[in-house]
Amino acid sequence: MTRAFLAILKRDLALASRAGGGGELALVFFLTIVVLVPFALGPDLNLLSRIGPAILWLGALLSMLIGLDRLFQGDEEDGSLDLIRASVLPLELAVLAKGLAHWLTTGLPLALAAPLLGLLVALPGEAMLPVAATLLVGTPALSFIGAGAAALTAGLRRGGLILPVLVAPLTVPVLIFGVSASNAALGGTIPFRTPFLILCALSLAAIVVGTLAAAAALRQAE
Amino acid sequence: MTRPPYPILVLDVDRLACRRGGRLIFSDLGFRLGNGEAIALTGRNGAGKSSLLAMLCGRLRPDAGTIRIEGFEEVAPVEVSHVVGHRDGLKTALTAQENLAFAQALLGEAFLSPAEALAAVGLPHVAALPVGYLSAGQRRRVALARLLVARRPIWLLDEPMSALDAAAQAMLSGLMRDHLAQGGAILAATHGPLGLDGVRDVRIGP
Repeated sequence: MTRAFLAILKRDLALASRAGGGGELALVFFLTIVVLVPFALGPDLNLLSRIGPAILWLGALLSMLIGLDRLFQGDEEDGSLDLIRASVLPLELAVLAKGLAHWLTTGLPLALAAPLLGLLVALPGEAMLPVAATLLVGTPALSFIGAGAAALTAGLRRGGLILPVLVAPLTVPVLIFGVSASNAALGGTIPFRTPFLILCALSLAAIVVGTLAAAAALRQAE
Repeated sequence: MTRPPYPILVLDVDRLACRRGGRLIFSDLGFRLGNGEAIALTGRNGAGKSSLLAMLCGRLRPDAGTIRIEGFEEVAPVEVSHVVGHRDGLKTALTAQENLAFAQALLGEAFLSPAEALAAVGLPHVAALPVGYLSAGQRRRVALARLLVARRPIWLLDEPMSALDAAAQAMLSGLMRDHLAQGGAILAATHGPLGLDGVRDVRIGP
């Protein structure tokens, strides 16, 4: 069973790294947003560094949505999902492996790139690490909330349009606590720990609920 | 190569009905498939052959009736079956070897290695090629090689002979004969002959 779990994880990582896999797409999109915002805001460095964490979080959120619709759709179209259903592995664990692979190829690189992109939004040095940390613990929630929605839209031809609409409202709490933890690191009345721990809790809950929901949606295919 | 015999089991399909998009495709379909038996599923285009296979592999839910494995009541049919259909389950960006290794890890009960299975379907030279570069017939043969990397007693095949040349069709018939001789079972939706003796016909619709 472990072997099947690792096989799915390994395959999805390999697919993301191959040509057309879309592994780098999220990162490039993230970079684009973060680069463009300062141009749109104009030369106001104080404003930029004040809303810097919000820009990074919004950029990361939108980048995670890119290509999320393909999470199960690709497997549904070419029949790989039938293979996964035929596996000895429970569908929940298969979803967990796919969600984990999605996070490793999108969420993790975004969190690692955040300190670098923080320079572009004039983020103070002492806030770099906390912002990266909030993205590191917050992005799994986005991957797994997205997995639930991706499973629902796996059978739809134009599911790519519906998916962000389904996912966006569910990601609001993650966005709120992600940005408030980042802002707390910049100074303020609340300690960094409080919103950060809530963010961790949101991620853990999303991993469980998203996995179960996605597996249920895939079982109900038609 | 010594292979343990397949467990004794019967795929029992009872009074099955299929409804898609509100339209009744077929109803009251029943058959039993046991060890060493082969069924050729026939019917006009759109009669519901592929829908039946989709139900057997858990992708569609029956409108009425039951599908069960006699002797293993708690096992879903798909867990003891190989499925090779129109959607070949191959990732075009991965090589034939990687695709088969993935299927083997996923399906359990490893049998031939991916390289041996590719040799058995006559494609030893494509192991390192991405599947996207292969022709339709070659892709079908890679998908069929999946039948050999893991041992499962029931083979569910949708138009297995399509896109195959005469030599590959003979090769597949040979694989199916071997499988039946070991006590396996085959359900194949087909319009043409399977090249097997003693195949029972199950016809869907008029």
